[in-house]
Amino acid sequence: MKRKLVALLLLLGLLSAVLCGCKDGSADKTPEDGQTSGSNEAAQPPAAHPNEITVGIAQDLDESLDPHKVVAAGTKEVMFNVFEGLMKPTPEGDLIPAVAESFEISEDQLVYTFTIREGITFHNGAPVTAGDVVYSITRCIDPADAGVFRIDALEMVERVTNVDERTVSIRLKEPSTELLSYLTLAILPADYDGQDTAPVGTGPFRYVSRAAQDNIVLERFEEYWGEPAYLDKVTFKIIENADSILVSLQSGAVDLFAHLTSTQTAQLSGDFNIEEGTMNLVQAMYLNHAEKPFDDVRVRQALCYAVDRQQILDLAFDGYGSLIGSSMYPAFGKYFDGSLTNYYPHDVEKAKALLADAGYPDGFSMTITVPSNYQPHIDTAQVIVEQLKEVGVNAEIQLVEWGTWLSDVYTGRQYQATVVGVDASTMTARALLERFNSTAGNNFINYNNAEYDAFFQQAVTAADDAAQTAAYKQAEANLTENAANVYIQDLADLVAVRKGLTGVRFYPIYVLDLAGIHYEES
Amino acid sequence: MKNRNGFLTAGLALTCALGALILLGFFWTPYDPNAMAAGGKFDGPSLAHWMGTDNFGRDIFSRVLKGAGATTSIALATLAIGAVCGSLAGALTGYFGGPVDELLMRVNDTLTAFPNILLALVVISILEPGKKINVIIALGLVFVPSFARVTRTAFASLRDVNYIQSARLMGAGNGRILAVHMLPNTLPVLLPALTIGFNNAVLAEASMSFLGIGVTPPDASLGYMLSEAQGMLFSAPWYAAGTGLVIVLLVFSVGLLGEGLRRRERGVL
Repeated sequence: MKRKLVALLLLLGLLSAVLCGCKDGSADKTPEDGQTSGSNEAAQPPAAHPNEITVGIAQDLDESLDPHKVVAAGTKEVMFNVFEGLMKPTPEGDLIPAVAESFEISEDQLVYTFTIREGITFHNGAPVTAGDVVYSITRCIDPADAGVFRIDALEMVERVTNVDERTVSIRLKEPSTELLSYLTLAILPADYDGQDTAPVGTGPFRYVSRAAQDNIVLERFEEYWGEPAYLDKVTFKIIENADSILVSLQSGAVDLFAHLTSTQTAQLSGDFNIEEGTMNLVQAMYLNHAEKPFDDVRVRQALCYAVDRQQILDLAFDGYGSLIGSSMYPAFGKYFDGSLTNYYPHDVEKAKALLADAGYPDGFSMTITVPSNYQPHIDTAQVIVEQLKEVGVNAEIQLVEWGTWLSDVYTGRQYQATVVGVDASTMTARALLERFNSTAGNNFINYNNAEYDAFFQQAVTAADDAAQTAAYKQAEANLTENAANVYIQDLADLVAVRKGLTGVRFYPIYVLDLAGIHYEES
Repeated sequence: MKNRNGFLTAGLALTCALGALILLGFFWTPYDPNAMAAGGKFDGPSLAHWMGTDNFGRDIFSRVLKGAGATTSIALATLAIGAVCGSLAGALTGYFGGPVDELLMRVNDTLTAFPNILLALVVISILEPGKKINVIIALGLVFVPSFARVTRTAFASLRDVNYIQSARLMGAGNGRILAVHMLPNTLPVLLPALTIGFNNAVLAEASMSFLGIGVTPPDASLGYMLSEAQGMLFSAPWYAAGTGLVIVLLVFSVGLLGEGLRRRERGVL
């Protein structure tokens, strides 16, 4: 059996070589870092490189690129650069006219009249007419084409008519302050049927080509109505393997990658700037109010006091992330109430007292259900488990697959607590707050509070914007005061950008705006 | 037997040393394996933290001790299920033969045709993932066929040898023949199979936890730790190295032991 012995020795040798390799790698890093910032690369004139970049994305786009058929957030994020609606979101969370130049609202708030921007054209050169706008909006209200998604909220529209070549009027069944946020839907040419494979819109970039599973190429649209994009060309490179992301950045194959974790960015060398935005999620430990002991407000408040949110950020997210105190994230400027953020400071004694008061002087046991495919939530739950030990609450993590989470926790409401992030599908506070109505179909925490229902009703029916905002804020405060959930943070969205590039803009919704990105003048 | 059995000595020594460490881990670890420290994230190996700390500032050595305990106990339990069920099935079919033997062995062949991990995944998804006991049951089932095959061959080859026939002539019952006359003589085959099986079980548990279906966090297991370490290969290489080293040592020492046992038995025969 000499051969076996030799094989074993070889294995050991190989192993030690691997281990030594690891050591060498970490030791080498420091001098290398020092070099790159000082010498040849920095000396290169910025004009030497072509005016284009490669952006890494973690998943392929939908099969169809027709914006009215797209489902995946990852596709919408890319196509945001190609398409625009009558209105368009800004990084501040406002809506500005895009394809429309201006709009007027009638006295009774029932008729919206949009004037289309003068001289605006599609990427194929055709001018945008009122007919195109009517076609695009009605296509989403009453889809005739297979695969087009109906936008239910547009049910409030009674009819859309083209008054003349440049004017469209939309009549509503009842007044609504939320119509505009839905009019961000893409405006498409009416007489063009190639949207699936060769999309045509009005955005700052036009679609050039696509290789399935590999890349998508966009080029600057020279006739763009607004401030043109800086870059001539952007290539989106699909890198599905998480391990390849770092390698592709380090090797120079990719210049920009969004949605990285702090663990990943910590491993990047000095060639990159890390820009921090927010994911626009309400990450919280959601509690099922229909389950004992979470029906008791004192228990919920005790949990809020027991969880040290800053420590969660420090331990699991390298300090990145923004703390929140209610179901609203900071990027939603006008609806966000910063005073709620520190309503429950970390206080173990207070938590213990509240628990004793509620009849649990020795704590209790609970299960936290976490979807197994979201590492940030698993990490958060691990820290929470440790923190709850201090007040005598013995929490256990149960990992479930995403499908199981949706059916058992979200739809079935069979759980005690769960750590997830809830996002907003549109840029309205309603998208985040409607679910806590006692009768809402997606009220998965079984929140039942008459006062809250009243605040929400007040907000939805409010006549003007100020009254509506105030009512939404009261609803948020209600969630905080009743400790509806253990609110934690809005996760940081970390974007790695090669040094020399600048102009990343973050939005309150999930998009990757490339129009502002450019090489710095030296 | 004069020749010194180096494999056995080295294997025994290493296995005992590791076993003692793992046992120690059940009762005492230098730090609380789940205690987190914001200040001490990604510390390299030092006197205070022999294997460094991980992304939560937890002591990796303490977690490796606990994790090795979890992995080993899962592996042993798996082995127990696999060996007992497999040997029983193998012994009976090998001894009695006949159509039942044929049928069971064909089922066995079918099970062997599936990759182990895939089969375990199927069983786990049926049983409900996230529970340690289900991991054990799933892996145990996966290990039945290989034991059944090995023992069946051993028992079938002994069935018609002279001393068994003599025993039968003297009126010994089937049970007595199987347990007293045949089992001891199949040990030279069974013992190495057990050590190899243990190693496979350790690796299988590691793979399952690596895929995220073994133990649930914050509990540690070697495979789960290795999968965590993978994402931090550049910032904390010692995490993967320490955890991987323990898996390698564990498998290596038991492998040595198995080889030693095999040699000794061959010397005796």
